Amino acid sequence: MKKFIGDFVVSENIPLKNNHFLLKLTQAEPLPLMLPGQFVQLKIDDTSSAFLRRTFSINYVDRIKNEIWLLIQVVGDGTRSLSKYKIGDSLNLIYPLGNSFSMPTVTQSRLLLVGGGVGVAPLLFLGAILAEKGYLPSFLIGARNVDGLIELEKFQQFGDVYVTTEDGSAGEIGFVTNHSILKNAFDKIYTCGPTPMMQAIAQFADNKSIDCEVSLENKMACGIGACLCCVTQTHQGNQCVCTDGPVFKTNELVWQI
Amino acid sequence: MANLTTKIGNLTLKNPVITASGTFGYGEEYLDFLDINQLGGICVKGTTLHRREGNPYPRMAETPSGMLNAVGLQNKGVDYFINTIYPRLKAFETAFIVNVSGSTLEDYIETAEKINSLSFIPAIELNISCPNVKQGGMAFGVDKDMAAEVVKEVRKVYDKPLIVKLSPNVTDIVSIARAVEHEGADAVSLINTLLGMAIDAETQKPLLSTITGGLSGPCVKPIALRMVWQVAHAVKIPVVGMGGISNARDAIEFFLAGATAIEVGTANFIDPAISLQVIQGIDDYLQRHNCESITDIIGALKTA
Repeated sequence: MKKFIGDFVVSENIPLKNNHFLLKLTQAEPLPLMLPGQFVQLKIDDTSSAFLRRTFSINYVDRIKNEIWLLIQVVGDGTRSLSKYKIGDSLNLIYPLGNSFSMPTVTQSRLLLVGGGVGVAPLLFLGAILAEKGYLPSFLIGARNVDGLIELEKFQQFGDVYVTTEDGSAGEIGFVTNHSILKNAFDKIYTCGPTPMMQAIAQFADNKSIDCEVSLENKMACGIGACLCCVTQTHQGNQCVCTDGPVFKTNELVWQI
Repeated sequence: MANLTTKIGNLTLKNPVITASGTFGYGEEYLDFLDINQLGGICVKGTTLHRREGNPYPRMAETPSGMLNAVGLQNKGVDYFINTIYPRLKAFETAFIVNVSGSTLEDYIETAEKINSLSFIPAIELNISCPNVKQGGMAFGVDKDMAAEVVKEVRKVYDKPLIVKLSPNVTDIVSIARAVEHEGADAVSLINTLLGMAIDAETQKPLLSTITGGLSGPCVKPIALRMVWQVAHAVKIPVVGMGGISNARDAIEFFLAGATAIEVGTANFIDPAISLQVIQGIDDYLQRHNCESITDIIGALKTA
């Protein structure tokens, strides 16, 4: 897919709970095709400590409003600066980058999307596309507590939503891997979130021989396959998360569990 | 437009802007963002005799105005380059310079010999900052005698322009530059990355899998500029300057310090088309200063 570099304008910047915010960006040109699982590299000019571009997965693409949504958690100076951007402010993006989640095969209809923390971001776009194609995906979303559950109402538009929290403040208590929904049969699992969570889900899928895809979030410099900083070990050797991923089939990865 | 052509030994570049090894892949990664035919040259990814997997993740840490990397020369080896990548590069009109790296003297020689047969590769950039596995892992480029020896031996098998990339992690870069000049280097390029380190205070762990790594970006520019200036005064061969160049003004500073050409590295990660803006900015500067040629400003620093 052709990659672009260009300026976007902030159309909305919505503060969410627990230090998250939803940044909506638009531009005059119609957006090119973008796929669920793909990401953007965003340049932050106004802080000396954010030297490199920041990598964000695409949370949603609103084709009617010509918007890209980025779901962001404030973790450092770069994201803190971004959280203060106002409507009309300009940001430079390289987009769309990376591969994408693969669509289910004809025999796969029971789909589970498992997200944790801000890792839920790409699963909204994936869920929307799956719903558009006639699937009814199940979302299993985990967080430490109720405050860490972001965008739940948006997920509910596209499928059934199941929740776990570590402290039991919402949904079932424990980790996503403890949730009773996992007793149901699934044909395919997609996951994105903290590495231990993804590894546990990958293990679960492997035990049950369920097709499973993960979206990795390794630190990147270039985002286009030049610097070779973001590699993950696969059975074919080191591969770039930015160009060979970010989505991998879990059985391709060499993961220490 | 001013005359931007510059010469490194008998290699003529259409302009003095080269993309630095390890920051621009093989050029192909950047085709969506710029016309690479407009570049003076491209130093391709560090190439070794055998395939290398590189270091484990994490390989990168951001630092104030820069970054540390510990990629570890991941590449598929010189034969893969020759058989798979090289044929594709012939479609472009820029100087593809192969950055040659090695773990032993023999590796360097064999790799350089293989590259010598490629008609479309006009020069080698010899990366002597690699650890010599037969000398306890000390980098070739930090010892005058080891640096001289590798250049001397590669010179015997490589008859096109040989650019030797110097390590800044030395007490006296001038003595190393003179040593490689003496052994027949056609040019030196500097600086390679500076050895650095980053720690996560919360987890109390290093941020790189290798603990230490190479620092690059604008934070190294003053050091690079100083070293280019020192070396340019000490050797007769051309100096290719690099280290944190992020815009045309930075590039001009390197020319004034004595560089014949410059390389743009880490800045490519942030602005993939920055090298073309650097070329345009150099031309604008020359016209604004009534210079007909880039050669008018090389070493033109006014110190009196």
